[in-house]
Amino acid sequence: MIVYVLQRLLGLVPVLFGITVVIFLTMKLIPGDVARALLGPMANDQSLAQLRHALGLDQAIHVQYAKWLWRALHGDLGLSPIVHKPVVELLLPKFGNTLILAGASFGLAVVGGVAVGVLAASRQQTMVDRASMGASLVIGNMPPFWLGLVLIVFFAIDLRWLPSLGMYSSRGDGGFSDLLAHLIMPAIATAAAPGAIIARMTRASVLEILGQDYIKVARSKGLPERAVLGLHALRVAWPPILTISGLQLGYLLGGAVFTEEVFGWPGLGRQLVSSVIARDVQAVQGAALFIALSFVMVNLVVDLLNLYLDPRSRPA
Amino acid sequence: MATTSTALTVTRAGARPRLRSGALAQSARVFARDRQAMVGLLIIAIVGGAALAAPLISPWDPLTSASVERLSPIGTPGHVLGTDEQGRDILSRLIWGGRASLLVGILPTVTAGVVALGLGLLAGYLGGAVDHVIMRALDVFFAFPLVLLAIAIVGVIGPGMGNQMFALAVVLVPYSTRVVRTATLSVKPLEFVEAARALGASGGRLVGRHLLPNVLPPLLVYTSTLVGMMIVASAGLSFLGLGVQPPTPDWGVMVGNGRLVLYRAAHVATIPGIVIVVAALAFNFVGDGLREALDPRARR
Repeated sequence: MIVYVLQRLLGLVPVLFGITVVIFLTMKLIPGDVARALLGPMANDQSLAQLRHALGLDQAIHVQYAKWLWRALHGDLGLSPIVHKPVVELLLPKFGNTLILAGASFGLAVVGGVAVGVLAASRQQTMVDRASMGASLVIGNMPPFWLGLVLIVFFAIDLRWLPSLGMYSSRGDGGFSDLLAHLIMPAIATAAAPGAIIARMTRASVLEILGQDYIKVARSKGLPERAVLGLHALRVAWPPILTISGLQLGYLLGGAVFTEEVFGWPGLGRQLVSSVIARDVQAVQGAALFIALSFVMVNLVVDLLNLYLDPRSRPA
Repeated sequence: MATTSTALTVTRAGARPRLRSGALAQSARVFARDRQAMVGLLIIAIVGGAALAAPLISPWDPLTSASVERLSPIGTPGHVLGTDEQGRDILSRLIWGGRASLLVGILPTVTAGVVALGLGLLAGYLGGAVDHVIMRALDVFFAFPLVLLAIAIVGVIGPGMGNQMFALAVVLVPYSTRVVRTATLSVKPLEFVEAARALGASGGRLVGRHLLPNVLPPLLVYTSTLVGMMIVASAGLSFLGLGVQPPTPDWGVMVGNGRLVLYRAAHVATIPGIVIVVAALAFNFVGDGLREALDPRARR
């Protein structure tokens, strides 16, 4: 078990290395001369050469990469030429905001998806089953940005129940209830599609287990259906559900970009989009690094959690 | 059916048919009996046909304002689905928008499938160092959430419809390659491949004649389900202003424009979204149908 965990951790090294190489090289692929872009069209050759030397642009590419990596490891991702701020300083608070949205959405998607999936499986081939599976099929194909707008139309414009923009209201107390009110709609819009997929997978997973012999034994000895489901079926069904839920995280983070944009949520995704539009390569690079690293870490946690919870997934 | 297969054997005497026509016919029958898949096919035919026939059937020009009335509601005489913030007919823009929206959903997926076919066959057939290098290089891409990676690529090469399609194709290659490689590895050790090799078949012949026909069905199934997802994803990029650029009509662009007038006329943003959902669903129906038809293990 410990050997496996160590192997899994070692396996991360080439992936992390690859991520930094890809991100570094994309910056190098951008057409145009950085020095000329900074100094403007009037710059003479001597000052261009001086700036290139100062920025280290005249060095070999692997030396540039090593220096960039060294600085990145020390939390220095450079300066954003657009907002005139260190990239890390710009991104860290946005990262926190995205964690709030992604965490709430993930919780919602798993709880909602598993509940609907179990309900559908326990009422197989009834109206409840068909309706919930039909709905999850439609919801699973909804663009999150569109669902966000529909929610705004209903709950912010028509009913006036919920705020439609930002994380806190300007006149609010900035407390938890204010945050919660702002969080509900973006979290639902982000959670909907991954939740629908989790529901379908949960149903399939539970149905497969309900067909097994030991469930028949449990039923034939007269156990109430609730106990069969809760005590016997779910305990075995939920490791695959956890794996499936973990796989939806990337999908969920992708969706969060759109909901952050629609609801003005000041997160990493929204920052990425505005940096892309402003062609702020430094910030795009930093955001890509943040996203990739956290995604790799989350996948690692899901893997290890699964290993801990499901003895069957452990290597012999 | 019998006459067709006889004709086939006569004209291609000596040649081994790639897919036994019996198996192909059975798959086609299973697919044709699948009601959901047929509904999906019908929707795709209607939406795609309308997009192709846009110059003939579109009631108004999609780019110029057709009416003095802006933001007219659904059911306005002459404008069944109303008009947008510039007074352009929404139905006409939906019909024309199908061209860009379907293209940016389908073309990157197919391109990625073709590239993946080459890479996956290479990795799976050659194995060893080649396999290792290809798969480890692609592993890096799995470290990024798909849509975010596409956005970052557009960030580097710049927004626009061509770059959007390029970015989506790039992010899909690792996923499709994995499917092709897995399929290749499952066929490679089978006896008929061994037999062909023992009979002296060249590497090219082994891949083209024996591996390819067995790798194509799973790739086809996978690609068809991806198209639905890509229609949603590419609409998203266009919505953000990173893909198809206005004034070109596109469903994602329409939702993005409609968002600006959401408080005054919600239908401008919501109607194109419904079309996106329906189109994505249709491709998923067809993908599920293909899976049932081509993968005997998946049949109920």
